[in-house]
Amino acid sequence: MTEKNQIPEEKKEGTAAEAVTENTPAAAESEAAKPKKDPRNRLFRSDRMTIVAPAPHAKGRNSVPRIMYTVIAALLPAAVMSILLFGTKAMVTLMVAVFAAMVAEFACNKIMKTGITVDDGSAILTGLLLALTLPPTFPIAGTALGAVVVIVFGKQVFGGLGANIFNPALLGRAFLQASFPVKITTWTLPALGGSNAYYDLVTSKAVDTVTGATPLGLMKFEGIGTHLKPLLFGNIGGCLGETSAIAILIGGLVLVILKYADWRIPLSYIGTVFLFSGALWLIDPAAYPDPLFMILSGGLMLGAFFMATDMVTSPVTPAGTWIYGIGMGVILVVIRIWGGLPEGVMYSILFMNGLVPLLNRWTRPKYFGEIQEEKKKS
Amino acid sequence: MKLSTFKKGLHPEDYKYFSQGQAIETLPLPDDVYLPLQQHIGTPCEPLVKKGDRVKTGQIIADSSSYVSAPVHASITGVVKDIEKYYHPLGMRATMIHIRREGEEAWELLEKIRDWKWTPKEKLLETIRKAGIVGLGGATFPTHVKLNPPDDKAIDSFILNGVECEPYLTADDRLMIEQSDKILLGMAIMMHILDVQKGYIGIENNKPEAIARMQKRVVELGYPFKVVPLKVKYPQGAEKMLIYSVLKRKVPYSKLPMDVGVVVNNVATAFAVAEAVTEAKPLVQRVITVTGDGVNQPKNLMVRLGTPFKNLFDACGNVKDEVNRIFMGGPMMGMTQYHLESPVVKGSSGIVAVTGELVEELSTFPCIRCGACVRTCPMNLMPLRLSKLSQEKQTDKLESFGVMNCIECGSCAFVCPANIPLVQWIRVGKIRLRERNARKAKERS
Repeated sequence: MTEKNQIPEEKKEGTAAEAVTENTPAAAESEAAKPKKDPRNRLFRSDRMTIVAPAPHAKGRNSVPRIMYTVIAALLPAAVMSILLFGTKAMVTLMVAVFAAMVAEFACNKIMKTGITVDDGSAILTGLLLALTLPPTFPIAGTALGAVVVIVFGKQVFGGLGANIFNPALLGRAFLQASFPVKITTWTLPALGGSNAYYDLVTSKAVDTVTGATPLGLMKFEGIGTHLKPLLFGNIGGCLGETSAIAILIGGLVLVILKYADWRIPLSYIGTVFLFSGALWLIDPAAYPDPLFMILSGGLMLGAFFMATDMVTSPVTPAGTWIYGIGMGVILVVIRIWGGLPEGVMYSILFMNGLVPLLNRWTRPKYFGEIQEEKKKS
Repeated sequence: MKLSTFKKGLHPEDYKYFSQGQAIETLPLPDDVYLPLQQHIGTPCEPLVKKGDRVKTGQIIADSSSYVSAPVHASITGVVKDIEKYYHPLGMRATMIHIRREGEEAWELLEKIRDWKWTPKEKLLETIRKAGIVGLGGATFPTHVKLNPPDDKAIDSFILNGVECEPYLTADDRLMIEQSDKILLGMAIMMHILDVQKGYIGIENNKPEAIARMQKRVVELGYPFKVVPLKVKYPQGAEKMLIYSVLKRKVPYSKLPMDVGVVVNNVATAFAVAEAVTEAKPLVQRVITVTGDGVNQPKNLMVRLGTPFKNLFDACGNVKDEVNRIFMGGPMMGMTQYHLESPVVKGSSGIVAVTGELVEELSTFPCIRCGACVRTCPMNLMPLRLSKLSQEKQTDKLESFGVMNCIECGSCAFVCPANIPLVQWIRVGKIRLRERNARKAKERS
């Protein structure tokens, strides 16, 4: 869009000579090399120019890398919590995923000759998100493979940042779930241990004290609930980043306050899950889990605040965002209660991601003055 | 107290402090003025003088027989040096009348109106037309046309636009503080012409002095006007936004303010109307803000139309060495200047020189569909989609997404984190759509 200010040759000299009135014309001509006294003169010279460009000439401070790095920073509480709970194994998984994602991005940039986009932070974020959805015992080679798949098939084949339809991190996890169905459902208990009802229950049940089921697995397959306190602090089995609801909430609220995540998405997603499962629980408290357990267990918090709010794969219109969130909530409860899997966050988000282009089209906001026009016609 | 405003919009930093406290100074008469034949929306004027003619200040030197047009007056006394193509501040070379100052200043005034309250409206409108008054907020639509709505439009309210929502500009602000009586008089004259009873003065809350001053004078002079302080938000000065802010009426798509019974005029226009009607002075000068961090002494200046911008900068201690952009108007909708010989025209509300980071040099990213533009667009459009369609030349779809609603306020491009030139692409799309419609109309006929 920018067009540099090129003043025709004769004009340039004309104005320069006019402005430097105290000099002779000959001196003015040799002046070209020396800096001029009047700063205005340079406006008409070709070596230092002002910009001629269309408005606006001002710009807000927001930028894509700023958004990406802020989201990464908001994920840090969850990442730190995962390291505290699951030890060095978690740290290695996080680092491998991030590094593999960056390398894959760099390789794609080179092959596709698109210019280096590693520094915009989106690859780091995607790698980090993938790692946080993996169980602590997941093999390192699998993590690296997942991160490469995420970048290559989740993002770059679509055309890079902003062009993908599905959340890349979740697409990668879906791939890993299909490839390593046993490894990805083998859960380790947090190293912190401690004594609480859940911990005692799991350790007494399992022969191997290291592995144990997630609260959702316990609920689904054995009909056993978990207390809320371990759910909040993360002292339970599960994926790296999903166990501590509080750590996720801290980061998620920061994003919502900074408006880097649309508040409607977590509200409508978690709200729908709460209301839908609450209604079921009221009908039959014995058969269905209570709604607080439903929203605090599994990957719902992580998914609602960090996966579903991914800007690229969520709707841009307010109405579309509500439908998107409610749709995800309904699908999640259906999968968790009547489906074959204990957890459905990944599929609920991926499914609604696919509907986003349609939602954007259906929910175009009424333009300013459009409603009134319709009223007048009728 | 909750201040009224419109929905959406944004808050750019306003930078008014550069020149807000500077009283209006009158610039000494320039030696040369360049008066473009078209300084308004409508038919361009034809020159009525030729090279070598002597002209007086206020003499009509170009006019058109068309209704939607406004004459051009000589702004200094002197000799017509030439009628030539010269640098127009809107970024092209246009025909201008070049007058060189000569001899004592002599005025040619309009026909005197003895008492405007007892003068027929046609006569007042004629005077306003002859005075060459156009919308001085920047739109430059001829005021006599605006004040003469078709008979089937019932006008019930008049809004005086003292919003000045563009960052940097303070010309209207200072005018309201220093010339509040004349502005109110101009407003009363315009309301008399339109025969409306309800008058509102919309002023943004970042001009407390202007609000206090106008409020005080309205009470003291006994006008039935209401001063409405508004929450600071861009683009509140846009007609449709202002009408919504003040009266909560929405101007329907592709309709004009008069369709909802409102006429909006700028404070500078009201000032010019008062001068024309009560002092028989045609529009030969205006207040312009010379500001920005690239100007050594930012000022508000009363200047003759046609004065080259470089005279203005001379009066303000010149520009700094590191200036990298100069634009006429505000930073959101202003036009960059490519030559400082360009003259002040009727629509020039400010000339701003800035240093610092260039918007164009920030790196551009792909759209990540964050929706910031959708959340900001005051017209409720989807700029990301419009710009995409414009790039793909999908002109039919552009129309169905309401591209013609766009007021080109630049809010979307301002908030875009990917630094995509959204409003610029939308402008391209609008031009393409207009061209296609013209082509279609031609084929049909």
